[in-house]
Amino acid sequence: MQLTVWTYEGPPHVGAMRVATGMKDTHYVLHAPQGDTYADLLFTMIERRDQRPPVTYTTFEARDLGSDTAEIFKKAAGDAYERFQPKAMLVGASCTAELIQDDPGGLAKALALPVPVVPLELPSYQRKENWGAAETFYQLTRHLIDRDIEKRSATTGRPSCNLLGPTALGFRHRDDVTEITKLMNTLGIDVNVAAPMGAGPDDIAGLGAADFNVVMYPEIADTAARWLKRELGQPYTKTVPIGIGATKDFIAEVADLTGIDPEKADFPHSNFPWWSRSIDSNYLTGKRVFIFGDATHAIAAARVASEEFAFNVVGLGCYNREFARDLRAAAEQYGVEPLITDDYLEVEEKIAEVQPEMVLGTQMERHIAKRLGLPCAVISAPVHVQDFPARYSPQMGFEGASVLFDTWVHPLVMGLEEHLLGMFREDFEFHDAAGPSHLGGHGGARELDAAQTEGIPVEADESQDSGNADITLRWAPDAERELKKIPFFVRGKARRNTENYAEAQNLTTITVDTLYEAKAHYGR
Amino acid sequence: MTAPFGHTPSQAPSQTPTSGETQHTGAKINALRERGQREVFCGLTGIVWLHRKMQDAFFLIVGSRTCAHLMQSAAGVMIFAEPRFATAIIDERDLAGLADANEELDKTVKRLLQRRPDIKLLFLVGSCPSEVIKLDLSRAAARLSKTYAPDVRILNYSGSGIETTFTQGEDACLAALAPELPDEAAAEPSLMVVGALADVAEDQFKRIFNALDIGPVHFLPARTVDRLPPIGPNTRYLLAQPFVNDTARALEDRGAKRIPAPFPFGAEGTTAWLKAAADVWGIDEKTFNAVVEAPRARATKALERYRETLSGKSVFFFPDSQLEIPLARFLSRELDMRLTEVGAPYIHAAHVEQELALLPEGVRLSEGQDVDKQLDRCRAEKPDITVCGLGLANPLEAEGFTTKWAIELVFTPIHGYEQCGDLAELFARPLVRRARLQI
Repeated sequence: MQLTVWTYEGPPHVGAMRVATGMKDTHYVLHAPQGDTYADLLFTMIERRDQRPPVTYTTFEARDLGSDTAEIFKKAAGDAYERFQPKAMLVGASCTAELIQDDPGGLAKALALPVPVVPLELPSYQRKENWGAAETFYQLTRHLIDRDIEKRSATTGRPSCNLLGPTALGFRHRDDVTEITKLMNTLGIDVNVAAPMGAGPDDIAGLGAADFNVVMYPEIADTAARWLKRELGQPYTKTVPIGIGATKDFIAEVADLTGIDPEKADFPHSNFPWWSRSIDSNYLTGKRVFIFGDATHAIAAARVASEEFAFNVVGLGCYNREFARDLRAAAEQYGVEPLITDDYLEVEEKIAEVQPEMVLGTQMERHIAKRLGLPCAVISAPVHVQDFPARYSPQMGFEGASVLFDTWVHPLVMGLEEHLLGMFREDFEFHDAAGPSHLGGHGGARELDAAQTEGIPVEADESQDSGNADITLRWAPDAERELKKIPFFVRGKARRNTENYAEAQNLTTITVDTLYEAKAHYGR
Repeated sequence: MTAPFGHTPSQAPSQTPTSGETQHTGAKINALRERGQREVFCGLTGIVWLHRKMQDAFFLIVGSRTCAHLMQSAAGVMIFAEPRFATAIIDERDLAGLADANEELDKTVKRLLQRRPDIKLLFLVGSCPSEVIKLDLSRAAARLSKTYAPDVRILNYSGSGIETTFTQGEDACLAALAPELPDEAAAEPSLMVVGALADVAEDQFKRIFNALDIGPVHFLPARTVDRLPPIGPNTRYLLAQPFVNDTARALEDRGAKRIPAPFPFGAEGTTAWLKAAADVWGIDEKTFNAVVEAPRARATKALERYRETLSGKSVFFFPDSQLEIPLARFLSRELDMRLTEVGAPYIHAAHVEQELALLPEGVRLSEGQDVDKQLDRCRAEKPDITVCGLGLANPLEAEGFTTKWAIELVFTPIHGYEQCGDLAELFARPLVRRARLQI
């Protein structure tokens, strides 16, 4: 048993729902008790979908368990086919139905429906949402694929690809598909099918017409892409085009696969490189960022942070163990310890420990950062309603890179304001509680007398801020007060550095001098 | 497969779709009764408000990742930074043997109580999977109580979807509390108000009962465990919520007696609810009127503002929280709205008897749900406003229907005189919005 307050991923059948809900003409019959329909609201509310997910829940009750839950399933599946007339059906069980072992696949087969029925075995007590989505997409592909289809390029004369991985409720999947389609078209490549989101069963059958596959989201598309490579010989891309560098690498990879010369393509301009080189962005240099998300987005964000913002990556982690190996490799590159966990308390602890100046994470880290008073931008699912913006807002490609620049810079205290905070510290208008001046709702001006540093009380216990809870080390009151004069966004680092320095020097009391000695020792 | 349960679920519904008169705990109700896909929450969802109401209680769901995911989604993804609920997620190893599952549960509780010494009352909350694998949480609660008494009381109830619908979770929770209530020592009658109320509504009722000289008045649930209301043969209780049926039965077992009344929604409902208690306490008409006159007049005035928007409009209720019948009565009688279908997850005839008597002739009641068929009926009715769950609201809006999220009716103070205007406004807002939008 795992004690959980919040989860990064839902159960695997929610992954299957994300696949089904993104698709056309596909219906999912889920053997499930009352209450599992809560998952509908993820789609109708968080993603603001204007249609119900194409899911029928059997809704069995306690009273049914002794008798006829299998009959209930058969009736629900038959009725769902009659009503919705899908071109393919998915059938499976949620966590409770898995325990009663009714075999939805076998029951659905007995109905002899005139459309393909794809049975899903999604072990709820072992696996999670992304795995469920990947397995569902793979099973659909395996069951529906037309192996004899002719290559599209044979008639058009242009290479074509499939975009694999986008689903309903995906983080910016809608816009990433548009952006990568544009990018492909710029290169002179057609998009044969984007799947599962936007595709119908016929489109899945036609995946083989493409020359190669673009794996946009490995968490969801990797299993299917590997199978397509093995069975149909379709190669697939390994680079996920998030950030300028990765997008260029991605283009080079596609060029390799197709023999297209990318130099001839007229790519759209991205503001990101100049925005990042312009002197206003100087203040971004060396900002210490903590990154957590699904492995793909976290690894991509680390590269962008390091190479394109000149941030320092001080923490890197992911919640999906399936991709732990990739994340470990990336963490090694940045010289940080990889954090692979789906326990958000562990993530919170780690963030508190490394005292970053910014957090790039999921909806969960947004809350953690809020509690710790740190700026945060969301880079990965799980997401909330505000992560489905009305405007075009991809993460991938050149436009996606510009979106990253704006999104990541926005929560930070900007350029000159940061300097003013450094100069005047506890100014009545610019102070810790006020937050960045361009972000409202932080509390406004504080009492003048409280702003006078002498009046700042020394808090007896700030051990949670402290990286080293060594009880033999204490802060002298005047040193503690001096520490308070350091702007809040670097104070955690200053505290940690000073304590590390004091420990290294075998000091037991930190004085004002220790503070400044540590500052001289470490630099900014 | 044999029935894995030692008890039968409390709710009454249905076999195949039938229409007609059905015997329900003594009274006859004409209701369309359906079974099929239900677009409702399970009883676990009640934890979202119960853990705020009961400030030293913690709710530990023993369930699956689905349960945890539901709580997260239903709670609007982490709006509570330090929630007093969590899920002990059953994994494969726990399924291998119940002995191990119990051991794991003990370990989980230990870890939790170490981390949260502020917990005084711990509910082990059963889920669909824990029920199906027959993990006996009442035995677990008894076992753990021995370890942690007297610092922590440990109780259990089931919020599983196979047994409870949405607000029935609160019912199961309060029913589990009933045997824990201290014995009432006094010989004078006392009043217990049953069902979680918004603090503001609770305080208002307290003031009115005081002014009427009715008391002592206790509320179940209490805000902290050391303030659990006493109970005994002299306890008279009023239901503040229409869904606390098992709780009522458990209170009767302790000797308490129900004061039958409509529910305190709207000026009329609130007056009738207060009057029912006043009659038991022998408060004369003049005193009663003197006390309620001012707030009742305020309520009537507040409703006036919304009458123009709502009067004559038709409303369709999908089943959700059990509040449907009392709210339909309020909308029909105090705002002149036209009722099309009033759906409820289940209908407890005895508790809504007085409400049903106030509904207009010929209104269609439905109990249970087959959501696709009910959507067909809704589309055929073309109601001016449809009250439904969050899974249906946006799709219906996209079809051109105006909807009111049912869950907002559970999460907003709507009881009593001073909230009448707010309650009406909840229904008026979607209509006003649709009328105003020019895009």
